[in-house]
Amino acid sequence: MSPTGLVRSASLILLAVVALAFPLLVSDPASTNIGVFTLMYVGLATSWNIMGGYTGYISLGHAGFFGFGCYALGLPLAHLHVGGGYAPFFLVPLAGLLTALFAIPVGWIALRTRAATFVIVTIAVMFMLQLAASNLIGLTGGTGGLRFPNPGWSGDVFNDPFYYAMLGLAVAAIAASWWIRRSKFGLGLLAIRDDEDKATAVGVPTRAFKLTAFVISAALVGMMGGVYGYYVTYVYPEFVIDPTIGISMVLMAFLGGLGTVTGPVLGALLLEPAQLWLAYHFGAIRLYLVFFAATFLLVILVLPRGIVPSLAVLLRRRLALT
Amino acid sequence: MSLLEVEQLSKRFGGIVALDDCTLSVPEGSITGLIGPNGSGKTTLFNLVTGFIPRDGGEVRFKSKSIAGFGPDRIYGLGIGRTFQLARIFPRLTTLENMLVPVRRAGLRALLSHGQWGAEKARAMKMLASMDISEVAGTLGGALSYGQRKLLELAAVMMARPELVLLDEPGGGVNPALLERIAGHIQQLNRQGVTFLLVEHNLGFVMNLCHEVVVLHQGRAIAKGTPREVRENPAVLDAYLGA
Repeated sequence: MSPTGLVRSASLILLAVVALAFPLLVSDPASTNIGVFTLMYVGLATSWNIMGGYTGYISLGHAGFFGFGCYALGLPLAHLHVGGGYAPFFLVPLAGLLTALFAIPVGWIALRTRAATFVIVTIAVMFMLQLAASNLIGLTGGTGGLRFPNPGWSGDVFNDPFYYAMLGLAVAAIAASWWIRRSKFGLGLLAIRDDEDKATAVGVPTRAFKLTAFVISAALVGMMGGVYGYYVTYVYPEFVIDPTIGISMVLMAFLGGLGTVTGPVLGALLLEPAQLWLAYHFGAIRLYLVFFAATFLLVILVLPRGIVPSLAVLLRRRLALT
Repeated sequence: MSLLEVEQLSKRFGGIVALDDCTLSVPEGSITGLIGPNGSGKTTLFNLVTGFIPRDGGEVRFKSKSIAGFGPDRIYGLGIGRTFQLARIFPRLTTLENMLVPVRRAGLRALLSHGQWGAEKARAMKMLASMDISEVAGTLGGALSYGQRKLLELAAVMMARPELVLLDEPGGGVNPALLERIAGHIQQLNRQGVTFLLVEHNLGFVMNLCHEVVVLHQGRAIAKGTPREVRENPAVLDAYLGA
């Protein structure tokens, strides 16, 4: 193994150990709560990046899939009278599958548009979902909300199963992202990002590729929405189909570096704890929203390509000089 | 035998007739030139043949089979490659990655496996070497010079081993030395069995390179023949000089 490969493997193992041991090392619920949400956003930003970063199709409506997945888990749980405990976690893949099935027609239509139009269509789909969830009272409970079963764990270890569930989904998303990035399929996605017409002229089946990336991205986000719903145990449409969730994952991917595997992970690790800290201390005045806006402006001004690509360029220059 | 046959192909954009019952054919193994004044329908013909825009009427046959109505990726898969005016490449992919995008792989497993197979990479490097641009294999496409982009675009299109390649102004905007190099590459690929149909404004380039020339005027093919025959055709002189 080459030295860089060795360093990479060692740091990956170290990261895995820290991630796995975190709830054992830091056991107070306030901290593990931060862990749960940070891992959720690692997964969300990474999943979003599979579509937004690789193909360049910016979806601001992924919160719709997040909420859809949440309901896709919560409704079967309620209707099948599944109790608390670990059982709901086994139905999370079902929520992912349902979200994927929903994303196929949405993507089929939305991907007929490009650039700004696509952005608008995704936002519209999200709000349509929100309206549907609010108005289909018989199915969703409407604005009265949806109650998940009570997990039944005591407060001091309550967060831990959710931590590991989110960790599992985040790892799955990163693995999918890494796999796609180095595959022939991923090369086609990057070609679409650069010049879609040229890509189709050299044989890339652009529509099928875009739709596949869109559905994978949506399904992963949907599964995280399901776990999220079970974690917070009670959701209502405006709360779970929340534009700020969709914008957060986009911002994290932008900050870390669009179209890279590590960028969205880094972006989420930096932003989500900061956002939660601000929400805890200045929650009432929603200062975190100002923080988000300021971060977004800074990213665009200073690091338009994101941290990872900018660092890579810097490093390459250093290496070239020595 | 004709590799490509275009029959009574028509295309309108609103009130403008871009192609009007256009009929022409490209013999297998030839380098065929397509010339005509600006707005005569050359690029529209390319876009129709390669499936970028839908036709209003008429027929396109490749190896005697109809391909009208097919999408661009499918047409590329059948063996028709094209380049664009002003050389389009993928700016944020490296030169080598640019070469690997057009490589075709069958089956889902092949698509999901590594994007840079050893054999494909070796073939790409060989192709880059034959175009004298292998030294920029690791450079991002956006950092290449215009001439390098032109060569890369041609090299990349060849990666799927197309039988017919449509070149949209291969000599546009390049210096005379590079123009000669591009002509050399086209001739070499042609000797290896690739048929070319090219649009070009540089008539000297067309007359030297092409075995056959088709002249478009107002959406119709008004003349065809060897370069010498076409040059002496009075209808062509009329079209160009507007007599």
